[in-house]
Amino acid sequence: MSHYYFLPHQRIDDMLALLQADGYRCVAPRHHDSEINYDTINKAKDLPWGYHDKQQPGHYELSKSDHQHAFGFTLPTASVKPMLFKAKENVWKVQRNSEGKLAFEPIVEFEAIAVFGVRPCDLRGIEIQDRVFMENSYNDIRYIKRREHQFLIAMNCTKAHSNCFCVALGDSPHADKGFDLAMTELEGDGFVVEIGSDKGRHLLDRLNLEAATGGQAQRAVHKVEQAAIQQTKSLPPIKQIEAKLMANLEHPQWDDVASRCLSCGSCTQACPTCFCHTERDEANVLGTETHHTREWDSCFSIDHSYTHGETYRENPKYRYRQWLTHKFSTWRDQFRTKGCVGCGRCVTWCPVKIDVVDEINTICK
Amino acid sequence: MLYTNDAYTPYEAEIVEFIKEHHDIFTIRLKFTDPALENKYFFRPGQFNMIYLYGIGEVAISIVNDRNHQQGRFEHTIQVVGRITKGMMKLNTGDKVGIRGPFGTSWPMSEAKGKDVIIVTGGLGNAPLVAATEEILRNRDQYGKLCVLHGIRSSDLLIYEDMYTRWNNSPDTKVYMATSNSDPVDNGKWTWGHGYVTNFIPQLDVDFANSIVMTVGPEPMMIGVAKSFIQAGVKPENVYVSLERSMKCAIGHCGHCQLGSQFICKDGAVYPYPACEKLLEVKGL
Repeated sequence: MSHYYFLPHQRIDDMLALLQADGYRCVAPRHHDSEINYDTINKAKDLPWGYHDKQQPGHYELSKSDHQHAFGFTLPTASVKPMLFKAKENVWKVQRNSEGKLAFEPIVEFEAIAVFGVRPCDLRGIEIQDRVFMENSYNDIRYIKRREHQFLIAMNCTKAHSNCFCVALGDSPHADKGFDLAMTELEGDGFVVEIGSDKGRHLLDRLNLEAATGGQAQRAVHKVEQAAIQQTKSLPPIKQIEAKLMANLEHPQWDDVASRCLSCGSCTQACPTCFCHTERDEANVLGTETHHTREWDSCFSIDHSYTHGETYRENPKYRYRQWLTHKFSTWRDQFRTKGCVGCGRCVTWCPVKIDVVDEINTICK
Repeated sequence: MLYTNDAYTPYEAEIVEFIKEHHDIFTIRLKFTDPALENKYFFRPGQFNMIYLYGIGEVAISIVNDRNHQQGRFEHTIQVVGRITKGMMKLNTGDKVGIRGPFGTSWPMSEAKGKDVIIVTGGLGNAPLVAATEEILRNRDQYGKLCVLHGIRSSDLLIYEDMYTRWNNSPDTKVYMATSNSDPVDNGKWTWGHGYVTNFIPQLDVDFANSIVMTVGPEPMMIGVAKSFIQAGVKPENVYVSLERSMKCAIGHCGHCQLGSQFICKDGAVYPYPACEKLLEVKGL
């Protein structure tokens, strides 16, 4: 028995085969065109070997080297969110017969998915969304089923990109909870594996891995520390941010950022915690059946606050303020947690390079 | 709420009566087609349902009690504003809709016991307070004096006229109504007042220090009503308002009804005024 095991790169396929035999579809970061994104994988060769990413405000770039690592990049472009809370899905349907009688039926689709390689920030994003969709007064049965059928293999960070700021939020590039297994990659070698659940232990037991050596375990710890040190952004303590933002709703910086913000909603689409959605009907032409869809929405869309003939957040200033104060202040009141995990996607994918950390620091100065 | 399985899916309900109130305002009386739901359904005054129109979508509407107080029946008074309500205007007796609910907080019916109650509404804001008024009248000895103040733009916009007459003839109850339009189109038939509802305050024979105010109307009106009654001596915590924001889900998931830290669908829509006073003062929140 051991706390830390070692999975050599050559044995990734054995792990994937076991997961597949258990009925999971294996999903991992994959290289496609100019990005690394989650997709189905069958073998270790499908992983993005040798790839590195460079992320800056409004900038994302990939390069390839002959380094022997599968997780040399930082973050996939999208988080795990779309696997649980889908960008668009039918949530129920209703059939109408010739007498006008309506038969409603929930649509609950899910499958068993094992995610090989979830960054610690994205794990925390899942935890935050759990509070919206499965630890709330009313829950979403689709989300719950998907979570129940999910196997999560965390991948601790060994590198940070320049928009990363989990450390500034008081978190760390080391996965702390919410995983079945957590791994740290040692280049040219394999992964130090940590167990986070009985489900994870059951899988490792069948792989017959060797215990990690003291040297391997220490190298892993050191690598993750390096990822923390690489982060350069700083923020005031989160409690201070939460109080100051809501006390500065008329700060001139809101006008300043609004003059740059395009109100495009890229930040909300890339965010692992944003949960806003809209619902609409898609009826067939015969008038006999309608599918009721749930689709991601954004507080940056002008329709978002439209109520009974009035748009409450009529300009980008109000919309940016809603987004920022929600993420970094009112989320705590609503869900007893912060609404941001510091992944930096909103900074990378902002077409006009707005850096949320800079905006907070200016307003909370 | 009725649901144990999926909080997103509505249940079928049937329109047992369609009442046209005005050229763009109508009331539907409803019952669930499943008798088990009909027996189980229970709401408190001030709560709302999501009403689904086939092929179009859902809309949040406050619940009016059934005119006969029949178990499992309830009413909704609806004004045509968008495409869903426009479609609902074309419904008839016997037609089916979907219902999810009830949702949200309710009026302070127990806190109001032993106090004078002042109900102040504007426009269609009277619908969310019908059930509260009826509950007081059905338990008349438990409450003090009841004043119902209602403001409309012009006399032709008055709905529930018979109900107001009945209320005005109830024990210890007085109805005050005013049209704000300076050139009323009433041909002299309008026997109520003119001006704003707050003009009635000096006439009210109530103990303001021991009164509860419940108000629904446009936000600027509710703020004005709250401030005026607090100035008259009502304790701020005894003033209740009901807020309105867009709602897609009604279960705190869709994010549309946020006002600061509040989800109006679950933390409201009924609030003690001090709980939302600051939030209502910030433009664009």
